[in-house]
Amino acid sequence: MIRAEWFYWLVGAVFLAMAGQMAMDRSNPKRFGTAAFWGLVGAAFIYSTWVVNKTAPAEPLGVAVLAMVCLAGFGRTGRGETRTTAAEQRAASAARLGNRLFVPALTIPVVAMVCAVLVKKWHIGRTPVLQTGSETILGLGIGTVAALVVAMLVLRERRPTTPLHAGRGLLETMGYVMLLPQLLATLGSIFQAAGVGNAVGKLTQHVLPHGQTYTAVIVYCVGMAVFTVIMGNGFAAFPVLTAAVGWPVLVEQAHGRPAVVLAAGMLAGFCGTLCTPMAANYNIVPATLLELKDQYGPIKAQVPTAVALLACNIVIISVFAF
Amino acid sequence: MLALLGVLVVIVGFATKRNPLLVVGVAGIVTGLFGGLSPQTVLADFGTGFAASRSVTIFVITLPVIGLLERYGLREQAGALITRFASLTTGRFLAIYLLLRQLTAAVGLTTLGGAAQAVRPMVAPMAEGAAERRYGALPERAREKIRSFAASADNVGLFFGEDCFLAVGSILLITGFVNTTYKTHLEPLDLALWAIPTAACACLIHGARLLYLDRTLERELAAAGGTLPREDAEEAAT
Repeated sequence: MIRAEWFYWLVGAVFLAMAGQMAMDRSNPKRFGTAAFWGLVGAAFIYSTWVVNKTAPAEPLGVAVLAMVCLAGFGRTGRGETRTTAAEQRAASAARLGNRLFVPALTIPVVAMVCAVLVKKWHIGRTPVLQTGSETILGLGIGTVAALVVAMLVLRERRPTTPLHAGRGLLETMGYVMLLPQLLATLGSIFQAAGVGNAVGKLTQHVLPHGQTYTAVIVYCVGMAVFTVIMGNGFAAFPVLTAAVGWPVLVEQAHGRPAVVLAAGMLAGFCGTLCTPMAANYNIVPATLLELKDQYGPIKAQVPTAVALLACNIVIISVFAF
Repeated sequence: MLALLGVLVVIVGFATKRNPLLVVGVAGIVTGLFGGLSPQTVLADFGTGFAASRSVTIFVITLPVIGLLERYGLREQAGALITRFASLTTGRFLAIYLLLRQLTAAVGLTTLGGAAQAVRPMVAPMAEGAAERRYGALPERAREKIRSFAASADNVGLFFGEDCFLAVGSILLITGFVNTTYKTHLEPLDLALWAIPTAACACLIHGARLLYLDRTLERELAAAGGTLPREDAEEAAT
């Protein structure tokens, strides 16, 4: 059986290899800080395996996470000069290779799809080929390895360090914000452990007038969106707002259909995700990847849609839940 | 109630534009300590939280392939390819991408798109290529706008497609949270079905806005440069 953890080790190894390259990159004025940051990320990816199956203590990993926070938080990371080909070279190579260039890029989704749909059902004896529940991410991993092999063959590139350098360039372009979503998810679990949800619940039930169902719908949806904007993640907002308004007021007091209330409530949170720089992986990382001058460009393109959809969710709950 | 101080830290840090990683770190420590957790438990929670959420960061694995292909001109080729399809304007192309992204996400194939794998190397260059075919070289403002909308099509398609699929994180989070907290039994299928109305609204609203982008570009670019004849010249040549 191919395990999800093997894939995390591969990702960790890629981080470590890139960290090695960063440490030797003299064009980066902060090369040791940058290398330490991504090296820690790589090592933490691998060490996490034993934290997940509870055979190693989680505290050292916590220390490593705080070390990453300090390295990035106090400006110890930077980027080197991007080593890439000149524009004319790229145009010439595009003309020479033509649409063959798309083959490796499309190998990733095709293999991922095959894994998620077909390989998912394969068994050797009684054990499934891919670890149950992780087929999609394993598909991404297998697809990427396959795509790399195809790319090396199509492009007749012999040095394995070339893709690694190219990938490191992209990683340095994105910078430490790339790790923000994972840390926000971590923060969400700490909020849960410390009882933030209950506290918000007591607060809103104090303020909200009894029996005003539609006001409560608006409070629930807008609250989901606003809390998501703050936390950068609908997953962190959902337990808080559902414990505060969604379940006690809309489902228990007003007898709303739980499936409608909760599904639309979660999607109201996603409207918040479209508007917040805290959802760095969706909004800020694309801006840096696309080399935009205005890093809020994607958010500006999304805000009108998000506002309209928030209104839609309020209407959907009001009409279908009661 | 003191646990809410962590939320305050996030809001203040966010509002004063502090380093986001630092804000998250401080908010976690403050929440944990004022919420009555011991320093050791806070450290352990940081560790287990990181370990449990690694799947968010795995797209890094695609960077070497994408970077390598870009060295060999993937983005240039994407831009060149789109210019062959005369009727495909920027807005129409992005609307088609939005629909495809939504449909594939709705059957669980969320990893098909994404900023690093799809938008930067292919979708954005194609959207720009379609506009360049029509208006010639693009001014920076228009280029930024097209790229921003390309990123938005990817996000909207993903967010409002994936919830129609049963085994996606947000659906499992809802059933997991509600079924354990309130001792009830919610079916993932019910939730996925009730995600469809919002998904349809998202497709209509953002699709319409993408199509409207064509008009905005037309107005801005025709007024700025008046390079429209290029399209006719090219069509005459082919």
